Amino acid sequence: MTELLRVATAGSVDDGKSTLIGRLLYDTKSLFSDQLAAVERTSRERGDGYVDLALLTDGLRAEREQGITIDVAYRYFATPRRSFILADTPGHVQYTRNMVTGASTADLALLLVDARKGVLEQTRRHAFLASLLRVPHMVLCVNKMDLVDFDREVFEKIKEDFRRFATKLEIVDVTTIPISALSGDNVVSRSPSTPWYDGSSLLHHLEELHIASDRNLIDVRFPVQWVVRPRTDELHDYRGYAGQVAGGVLKPGDDVIVLPSGLSTRVAGIDSFDGPISEAFPPMSVTVRLEDDLDVSRGDMIARPNNQPTVGQDLQLMVSWMADAPLRRRARIGIKHTTRSVRAMVTDVSYRVDIDTLHRDESVETLGLNDIGRIALRTTSPLCYDPYRRNRTTGSVLLIDESTGATLGAGMIL
Amino acid sequence: MPVTGYELSHLEMLEAEAIHIFREVAAEFERPALLFSGGKDSIVMLRVAEKAFWPAKLPFPLLHIDTGHNFPEVLAFRDHRSAELGARLVVGSVQTAIDAGELTEDTRPGASRNQLQTPVLLDTIAENRFDAVFGGARRDEEKARAKERVYSFRDEFGQWDPKNQRPELWSLYNGRHRPGEHIRVFPLSNWTELDIWRYIAQERLEIPSIYYAHSRDVIERDGMLLAVTPLTPPRAGEIALPRQIRYRTVGDITCTGAVESTAATVEEVIAEVAATRITERGATRADDRVSEAAMEDRKREGYF
Repeated sequence: MTELLRVATAGSVDDGKSTLIGRLLYDTKSLFSDQLAAVERTSRERGDGYVDLALLTDGLRAEREQGITIDVAYRYFATPRRSFILADTPGHVQYTRNMVTGASTADLALLLVDARKGVLEQTRRHAFLASLLRVPHMVLCVNKMDLVDFDREVFEKIKEDFRRFATKLEIVDVTTIPISALSGDNVVSRSPSTPWYDGSSLLHHLEELHIASDRNLIDVRFPVQWVVRPRTDELHDYRGYAGQVAGGVLKPGDDVIVLPSGLSTRVAGIDSFDGPISEAFPPMSVTVRLEDDLDVSRGDMIARPNNQPTVGQDLQLMVSWMADAPLRRRARIGIKHTTRSVRAMVTDVSYRVDIDTLHRDESVETLGLNDIGRIALRTTSPLCYDPYRRNRTTGSVLLIDESTGATLGAGMIL
Repeated sequence: MPVTGYELSHLEMLEAEAIHIFREVAAEFERPALLFSGGKDSIVMLRVAEKAFWPAKLPFPLLHIDTGHNFPEVLAFRDHRSAELGARLVVGSVQTAIDAGELTEDTRPGASRNQLQTPVLLDTIAENRFDAVFGGARRDEEKARAKERVYSFRDEFGQWDPKNQRPELWSLYNGRHRPGEHIRVFPLSNWTELDIWRYIAQERLEIPSIYYAHSRDVIERDGMLLAVTPLTPPRAGEIALPRQIRYRTVGDITCTGAVESTAATVEEVIAEVAATRITERGATRADDRVSEAAMEDRKREGYF
């Protein structure tokens, strides 16, 4: 059985990110000869002195013309053990929202530093955003080791610098690997040039990393997404609640409570096209039948009576603001949380975080494009939520412009 | 289902994600439709949709834009599968639009009706007031698609604006739209060609016969193998020869190339796809060879 691992990476051409991605794709036979030929042709036509592997992912006309990465690009590669989805984002501060987007679904954040330059502002920014989005694993690749003669001292110093910075963040699992993306050292297999390094190669680490326990299998959370009513003669009374399990393990016979109404019942059965399900867990998409005929609809949350999410209208959020117009106190915005959409008013803008120094600026009254900060909201009707650190699905919200429909920002409930 | 532990395979994860997307759209949009061409990606997409709403029927119709130059095997398959599901099938016809004088066909040699699909698609969407249209496009197919969101917004002209896409975070999809606008939804965004074939094998899905190796008279043109048909006769100097071929993609007859193959079963196709060194579109689609940004340009105009 192959598993899926979602990786987010951020950075610029300078730190060798594109070379590393190109190598991972090439060495896992996920890079095709016609893609490579197209990249070689474009590099030649542009007069580049080398084959620019960034052209593999920079697909938009504007990106190719300007030689920059604008957006999140998704790349796919696989080994016999795992399939990988790689969200590749530009690393500059003006693309914070893209990095946040890439990190929102990632199991692992891949950071690169140039061995000659060490931990830079950009590295710290990526690490902070990955920790804010609670990406459970992080790999710091110290790249271009060939340019520092595979010097162990250089590697250890960078590793220590980063460790000291990371203690200020909530990062659970960091692995540091000395690599050369250009010559392939420690990318796919262990390199003879780093005898002092006793860890895994990058690809081996990505394949073996234990991710099953990253999900919350404790707190049952089932946001009702769609009510299945076949309305046929033989299924006249069928009423199922379809959704994707957001937490915990749900079983037939379990006592459950439907929120926000607070009505209690029991799980009669869990259905799927492929047959009945004995245990439903995240991220399975299933259909739940309840024993009692209750008024349950989209936006409701099914939980266990002795383990319920918070039901409330006042939220404290860390937000990543993604719109040109600033976020202000008393602004009225739309909220999408799990399968529920409500309206809300911003009751406070508490502080802005300087994402390079982690300094909190409490004097601010607004948050601008690409800012990260803390706000308070009051919603027009209750949400059933958990802290984001406890559950990435029931703890996250989208902030939406009610008049244009645009996505204004991403919020993580504290 | 996994035997031990609470783990899902990567195909189960991709399927669960796609089911979630189908249900979100069904819940938040008034009039969705699912583009079903009878090609392998749309066959997989249709099975996932079937699972999303089971035991109820699909809460939306199927939609096909028929260029009039489709493979007969594929059209027969399309009709058979929609009847089996009891689904309503809406067909937008390029031929009808040409006959009515609404479109002018480029009849020069080498021209295809690919470009003409876009206005017919947009007219069909407008006539039926569809506000969400599911498509089977995958991000691994093409560079412009690698940057497209799962919910791809189209303005009242059906245009895609790649620089002005909504950020898409977690599994929270923002479906707000104004009257006249619609979205294209790509539930299989994160699937690869190999995932599609593995899913076809896992689900034992029926697919049109032309995906498997068969003997056909073909000509070699611009490095591609083209079937000899009344629409694509050999040109002067071209010699038609029978070869063992199969199709990796199924589009318009005039611009879809075949690949040499002996793969006669799903398992043999999977082995072949796993070993191939050329992308699906690079091998078989003349329409993508126009320029490096051909797909982006067509999508901006409202293409799938």
